[in-house]
Amino acid sequence: MIEILGKTTIDFVSWRRIAFAVSTVLCLLGVVAIVQIGRGAANLGIDFAGGTSVQLKFSKPVDLGQVRTLLTESGLKDSEPQQFAGGDRIMVRLKRAEGSQAGMAQRVQDIFSKGLPDNPFVVEGTNEVGPAIGKDLQKAALWAIAISMLGIIAYIAWRFEFKFGVAAAIATLHDILAVLGFFYVLNAEITLLIVTALLTLAGYSLTDTVVVFDRIRENLRGRRKESLGDVINMSINEVLSRTIVTSLTVLLVLLALFILGGEVLHDFSLALIAGVCIGTYSSWFVASPIVYEWRTWERAKLKAPPAKAKAKG
Amino acid sequence: MNKSVTWKFLSLLLVTVIAGYYLFPTLSGRSSLPSLLPPLLPRAERLNLGLDLQGGMHLVLEVVTEKAVENTVDRLIAELRRETEKEKILVEQMTREGNDRIRIRLQAKEGLEGLRRILKSYSNLQQSGGADPAELTLSLTSSEVKRIQESALRQSLETIRNRVDQFGVSEPHIVQEGDRRIVVQLPGIKEPQRAINLIGKTALLEFKLVAEDANIAEAVAGKVPEGDELLYVRRMEEGEKVSKTPLVVQKRAILTGDLLTSAQVQIDSQTNAPVVSIAFDQEGTRLFGEATAANVGRRLAIVLDDTIYSAPAIREKIPGGKAQISGSFTMEEARDLAIVLRAGALPAPVNIISNLTVGPSLGLDSIEKGVRAAILGGVLVIAFMAIYYRLSGVIANFALLLNLIWLVGALASLRATLTLPGIAGIILGIGMAVDSNVLILERIREELRLGKAVRSAIDGGYDKAFLTIIDSHVTTLITAFALFLFGTGPVKGFAVTLSLGVIFNLVTALTGTRVIYDWMTRRWHLKTLSI
Repeated sequence: MIEILGKTTIDFVSWRRIAFAVSTVLCLLGVVAIVQIGRGAANLGIDFAGGTSVQLKFSKPVDLGQVRTLLTESGLKDSEPQQFAGGDRIMVRLKRAEGSQAGMAQRVQDIFSKGLPDNPFVVEGTNEVGPAIGKDLQKAALWAIAISMLGIIAYIAWRFEFKFGVAAAIATLHDILAVLGFFYVLNAEITLLIVTALLTLAGYSLTDTVVVFDRIRENLRGRRKESLGDVINMSINEVLSRTIVTSLTVLLVLLALFILGGEVLHDFSLALIAGVCIGTYSSWFVASPIVYEWRTWERAKLKAPPAKAKAKG
Repeated sequence: MNKSVTWKFLSLLLVTVIAGYYLFPTLSGRSSLPSLLPPLLPRAERLNLGLDLQGGMHLVLEVVTEKAVENTVDRLIAELRRETEKEKILVEQMTREGNDRIRIRLQAKEGLEGLRRILKSYSNLQQSGGADPAELTLSLTSSEVKRIQESALRQSLETIRNRVDQFGVSEPHIVQEGDRRIVVQLPGIKEPQRAINLIGKTALLEFKLVAEDANIAEAVAGKVPEGDELLYVRRMEEGEKVSKTPLVVQKRAILTGDLLTSAQVQIDSQTNAPVVSIAFDQEGTRLFGEATAANVGRRLAIVLDDTIYSAPAIREKIPGGKAQISGSFTMEEARDLAIVLRAGALPAPVNIISNLTVGPSLGLDSIEKGVRAAILGGVLVIAFMAIYYRLSGVIANFALLLNLIWLVGALASLRATLTLPGIAGIILGIGMAVDSNVLILERIREELRLGKAVRSAIDGGYDKAFLTIIDSHVTTLITAFALFLFGTGPVKGFAVTLSLGVIFNLVTALTGTRVIYDWMTRRWHLKTLSI
């Protein structure tokens, strides 16, 4: 039997205060990201913000400065030209344009075919999105997250208990916020593909949490004498090798995608890699400790009334 | 072999064979299976690749349905004018207000009774009095407005489908989304701009008499006589310059393009330039004949989407119901014009609110890289499982493979379109499949550590992992369901792929591997398990 870990006795519960502090910072970053998205200040992809992007492949490497000058001279001041490896590929983005986007991509192409006549190009892709679609997409994404959170709380509350459901939902939301915050800090572009990645990682993180919860429930049934903290610690330790093996295999696939997958999959796999790490962390240090705190607090409250009466009397 | 094990094995085999049948065209690169198979089987087609992988064009159109309501109201006004004239009711003013109301002001309030009598046959109009006793405001009922908007969308969908069909795109995908949007997907298209022109053109063809007595200079300055309108004649000059000459025509069209039966490109024998010749149906032929007979000597403007293409003088009555549109077209333009005329006009203008075009090279590039990376990742996982769990890892890998075959087979049979988010769904599904197997294997290891015999360790491992696997899969299904409800296009595809993967995974992880263990333990009475 090959084992990565032998029998472990890590005291996860006692780390909860530090973990809560770290998680609060992560979530706050995520909230800032969402607020900035709402204000339109974040680096939203044009699928959400509306705008135009054109990707061109020239036959010879081009000078980015010259490209920028050409665009500015033609009145497209807010364009963001970007150069890819090799220097012959250029992506031009025009964001948050008002009204209709129709024809903008053609205009960009015209600028280059006139401005760089001795360097012909092929159009690899264009994307024009009106502002209405972006708004609709944002709304749909929020609804999808809200409905799935409610569904998860309801299911886990039914299978386990209400506290577990809420804790699982919070941990999942925590992971989405943390990765969103991470992307905001990196100023990476938030596109539809990134949102898909966020939802994918929500799936992973949830599975992780449910696996730990299942073990806690199983152990709670068998050992009524031990304290809740001990049961939680024991449960996480017991499933530790499973968590590590699973995360490792998933990371193997994601690293392959990240390194070899090309530009399109680059940010997507980065989001998932961050998500797997965060998701593993949250099922150890966020989901179960929330249940722990909640139960302890409730027990203290149950004991509290007589104490209060005493104080009064 | 035990009977139930045999049955389980056979049903797994059956599902795999079916999946293989649907997979074959995709893997072999043929468009469908050879025809030796019984014709009763559904045809297996190749798995469709999404535009992000294949290259092509994805358009989201918004139908301006309010315009269709306005057009209906304008038609009603014209009709009411005729009827009031017939009944000799003197109307001072009859205008459209907003997009669904008509305001009528009569010269004397005595005419109101006659007007009300006419309105009895217009059940789709609601009446309300104005401040003035001689005034009446009519509005379309809300159900009528809704009906007009719905039918405008339906007609637009139909017309666009017709145009795309005639343009000749293989496997276009044209669907309604929401209550005013149409999504058009054209895979592998080479001339995106031409397709946009073709799809977005309203193509309302009208024949209008030129108002010869109108003063053009005054009209350009903004003083257009009532009942007339100012339009421009388009003329291509040398090179690509388009000149525009103003011309005043009557607002009322004597004939519109909906009475056309055909439109074809021909080469004009005199100028050698392509022209579009059109032919009317019986009704159109009659109207065209009457109109030309009554207006010999006047000029007739041929107007397409408020642009005059030509305005030839009528020399004599034209009885055959044939006409020509010339306008210094290129061959391509003439061909596209013929297509839009044949397919008919859009009942309302459409705006392109999103246009995603992916060149074939970029799509190919991302598939190649993505597939290479995915294969490497998969090989790494399979190697890891086989090394870490040895024989049991190999059995788990078998379940993974089964899961993948089923999933892609199901996607092919559903005629689903594989996009990048869809691939993400497959990756997540595989991740979950690995996880289910790891859960089971770790549980079996625990049981073995407790000193149980192989047979009961396997049973215990499966029993204990069962609920965990169900719980994690159901929660993922809930997420996928929410995504399916609210997602559009690619996200919906992701949700479908994910749900399928999750469901298949439940079967392959819980039954697929177990069949092998059952068979092994029965056959060899294992004392130790390679895990």
